[in-house]
Amino acid sequence: MNFENLVIISNFDLPTIVSSGDAGGYSNFVFIHSEELGNAPWDKEMRTFYDLIVIGAGSIGVPVAMEFAKKGQSVLVIDSLPSPGQGQDKKAIGGIRATHSDKGKIVVSQRSIEIFSQWKEDYGDDIHWKSNGYSFPAYTQKDEDILRDLMKIQQHFGLNIQWLSPEEYRELNPGINMEGLRGSTYSPEDGSASPLLFTQSSYFRAMEYGAKFKFKETVVGFHIKNNKISSVRTNRGNYSSAHVLNAAGSNAKEVSQMAGIDIPVKPDSHEAGICEPVKPFMGPMVVDMRKEASSINFYFYQISEGQVVFCMTPDPPIWGTDNRATSLFLPMIARRMIKIMPMLANLKVRRTWRGQYPMTPDGFPIVGKMKELDNFYQAVGMCGQGFMLGPGMAEVIYRLITENYRSDDLEISKSFDPYRDFKDQEIFK
Amino acid sequence: MPEWRIKKHPILSIHKRKKIGFYWNNQKLQAYKGEVISSALLANGIHVFGHHIKDNAAQGIFCANGQCAQCTVIANGIPVKSCMTKVEENMIVESVEGVPELPKTVDNFQFSDIKETETDALIVGGGPAGLSAALQLGERRIKTLIVDDKDRLGGKLVLQTHKFFGSIDDCYAGTRGIDIATILKDDLQKHKSVKVWLNSIVLYVFSDKKVGILRNGKSYAIVKPKIVLNAAGAREKSLVFPGNTLPGVYGAGAFQTLANRDLVKPAKRLFIVGGGNVGLITAYHALQAGIDVIGVVEALPQCSGYQVHADKIKRLGVPIYTGHTILSANGNERVESVTVCKINDNFQPIAGTEKTYECDTVLIAVGLNPVDEFYEQAKQAGIRIFAVGDAKEIAEASSAMFNGKIAGLEIARECGREDKPIPKDWYQKASILKSPPGPVTTPNYDSFPEDAITPVFHCAQEIPCNPCVSVCPKGVIAIRGDSLLGKPQITDNQCIGCNKCLFICPGLAISLVDYREDKNYPTVSLAYEVYNYNYKKGDPVLLTDCEGNSLQSALVIDTIINKASRKTQIIKVLVPKEIAKRIAGFKIQRDEMTLPRKGIILQDMPDAAIVCWCERVTAGEIRMLIKKGIKDLNQIKALTRAGMGACGSKTCENLILQFFKEEGIPLEEVTLNTRRPLFVEAPLGVFSNISYPG
Repeated sequence: MNFENLVIISNFDLPTIVSSGDAGGYSNFVFIHSEELGNAPWDKEMRTFYDLIVIGAGSIGVPVAMEFAKKGQSVLVIDSLPSPGQGQDKKAIGGIRATHSDKGKIVVSQRSIEIFSQWKEDYGDDIHWKSNGYSFPAYTQKDEDILRDLMKIQQHFGLNIQWLSPEEYRELNPGINMEGLRGSTYSPEDGSASPLLFTQSSYFRAMEYGAKFKFKETVVGFHIKNNKISSVRTNRGNYSSAHVLNAAGSNAKEVSQMAGIDIPVKPDSHEAGICEPVKPFMGPMVVDMRKEASSINFYFYQISEGQVVFCMTPDPPIWGTDNRATSLFLPMIARRMIKIMPMLANLKVRRTWRGQYPMTPDGFPIVGKMKELDNFYQAVGMCGQGFMLGPGMAEVIYRLITENYRSDDLEISKSFDPYRDFKDQEIFK
Repeated sequence: MPEWRIKKHPILSIHKRKKIGFYWNNQKLQAYKGEVISSALLANGIHVFGHHIKDNAAQGIFCANGQCAQCTVIANGIPVKSCMTKVEENMIVESVEGVPELPKTVDNFQFSDIKETETDALIVGGGPAGLSAALQLGERRIKTLIVDDKDRLGGKLVLQTHKFFGSIDDCYAGTRGIDIATILKDDLQKHKSVKVWLNSIVLYVFSDKKVGILRNGKSYAIVKPKIVLNAAGAREKSLVFPGNTLPGVYGAGAFQTLANRDLVKPAKRLFIVGGGNVGLITAYHALQAGIDVIGVVEALPQCSGYQVHADKIKRLGVPIYTGHTILSANGNERVESVTVCKINDNFQPIAGTEKTYECDTVLIAVGLNPVDEFYEQAKQAGIRIFAVGDAKEIAEASSAMFNGKIAGLEIARECGREDKPIPKDWYQKASILKSPPGPVTTPNYDSFPEDAITPVFHCAQEIPCNPCVSVCPKGVIAIRGDSLLGKPQITDNQCIGCNKCLFICPGLAISLVDYREDKNYPTVSLAYEVYNYNYKKGDPVLLTDCEGNSLQSALVIDTIINKASRKTQIIKVLVPKEIAKRIAGFKIQRDEMTLPRKGIILQDMPDAAIVCWCERVTAGEIRMLIKKGIKDLNQIKALTRAGMGACGSKTCENLILQFFKEEGIPLEEVTLNTRRPLFVEAPLGVFSNISYPG
């Protein structure tokens, strides 16, 4: 064995240069401490090689990095923001449910719930998991019919969801407006966790497993050779890998376009907020699906720290990535919240924010391998569900990229197929 | 129960107010109608308003300005900021123990529309800067709206019992802040185009060019301005040291609100950290409130505030320890003492120099930060925005008023209602008025004549101030070069002893030495404003020189106070000519009172100090993350909750940035917290303009 140059990248603490002459027959043996890579002068010239490069350190990118690193793969995550989860991930209000109406989403979310609920046990970090459940109260016959029909499908998939009478529901969410209430769905196994704590925890675990992160670094293009991305070009350097995953959230379309591939992901803005903490008084998340002037639905719940968080879907959609707050949101959401739960009137709003749902035409994520480029994958268009899908989806993505398929992976992947016709809408998003 | 109220005050009038009863944790107490809950509690000797959910730490007053939520109590079932909520007859007030219950509501409610008001100019803050600007706009009949979060105009002027510096023509020099507030307010009433909303807090300047305003804590209004002037003032900086969140540790500005606005006497023995103008003036205010001031520590080798302010309190017997810092505030649920020490050239504590002083209150006066949120928000929204006063740059109120006038004219020009350009010399004057004090020299007492009667100036530092020159009827006093900044001198001594310069000097730095009756035993007249410590004819006083060094005792031979003296008293003493000109004041606090206690209390847990008051995040937690390499405050927030609380990182952000500096990390590498609505918390009901019929 005689190599001209050998570079070992490791995160073991060894002297930077062990030897520069005679090391087991290598004429040039350089040992680089991996944490120094970002600053290393040769970083720009030398194309270090990874098993996977992930673009975007958000609700998908961070769990994917952790999953790959945990399984012993070398992974590099690149993000233009200064730290993990600073895009749309931190704007999620933390609801986690498996009660969708599609097999793919259900299976992925069920696995997510397993991961979230065992996180503290498995990794020691409290991510404020709370098994508070979801509820969709109905105030019209039509809504009741839709929900009851949907419930049948969900029960068929084995989900724990039931119909509660108004009185039963009031037991769970005291203070709910009983006027016209026809009942509510209740899925007790759904829950919530802190997107902030979860992403930070996964980030630190990912690093412990050896994943590398580059922040404040923007992907500006790809070198493509022989139908493959040979390297990812950023404003600071070039990085090569066996596979490249686009997990760029709201910027997914732009990133994909750099590889010459158009994907139908278009972010629209939603506004959310958080109140002061109070003693626990709420049970499951309330999703009010009634359409009103300027808003479709809205939802709120009380997090484990006692604060009520809320979010609203504007109507018509506000396309684009303008994160500035408008004067319309608070008066609108305040009325809706007080109408459905009048006792919230004296609860103080602490902060509001605006973030994006990276939407696809049919409301389903786009996850899969690109036909146009051999080693390019998408995990984009999470349609506002990146946080709840994240950890489960990370495992699917691992199996997909490493081709370690599980028996139901083919069926799951169908829901997220990048080459589907995008015509069918999910019954209830 | 003893009443912790100011019963007599040399400057502020103490009106008779109606007493009402209220309940505090089931105990019936008395309050004055119209006062805020926090002041009613402090007046009853209650300093602990609740305990924090995280570590059960006692919570109490902190900003007294509606900016934080440390003083939250539960009033009639609803958590409120006690410093912004008026106490009501039979109100049931409870402490917040941990997290409160969901506040109560009534089921029967209705919504009403949110009123939108259009205006040409919106002025945020009715303090010296905002009012001065509004006067200019009013004169030109420009439709203007002033919003202010307090129940009267004047901003922090209403807390200032001392006379102001600057010049008489430009900024009412020699007039007390509280009186300037009245003058400006009265002037403003002449202008019909200016509307004022009191008790109104700007919550956010939204991207659709609308400003959301919380009115009277109860309703929500939207204002659509063409131009916004941010005159929202400043907030106090704080410090990280063990015990820094004990009830009894708060800002000097907060103290001024309690004492000078609410006439509460929140302390018996006070210690002040910071020798800038705010700290020095507050020591003076405390003495006027009848509170003992045990000492002032200042880290720099010299006070950064005006020398005349420092000298004024030193003469009264307040020690100032320069080159010192605070190590800890000690106590269980309330401050019981403070430990300070000397620091070296690198601002590090010198072991062995620690001293502990008994006190019940520690005031932090380590500078101010502009309230610049509204400026940034308006800029992002694309509204034409100006800033003035402390909201733009921290300076004296005299500067704020003059710059307010300029800003008013600039806005008038922008509105097309003023053609004349702003005189160039205004900008020069504006920059003089905000100039920092010059180097300290020693007064040259030989230059004053020893015959007839003469004023003697104990003012030995260049500061922008000249009312003594303006007021002298004989033209005896001049400042060389006609600049505001020079030191006063005697030109042609025709002094008639009218006392006008003594009455007006904001620094109380002029004495009058009268040799006419006895050349060897001249009469010295001293200006005195702390006559709640009353000295009558025949009382002995311990005279001091300019800097407070004791010279000798003498008997008061006469006192004068009349309408012309405008609440400044003259105290006359007879002294030997050898020391006559050096006499600048007399002590009201005995030296023994300000001595350290026996036995030093040392708290060797710097990491336990709190950085984020709302979420009780410690210095240790933050330092550990910074050492790990984290440079994004948003990530620190995600991990620790620092900055996630009710106040929205108003205090902790600057403290955390200080930690980065200490670790040698350039601040340009640090990402600041994302600022979001709201400026302060407001109930959901407010945004729907909810009301409860019946």
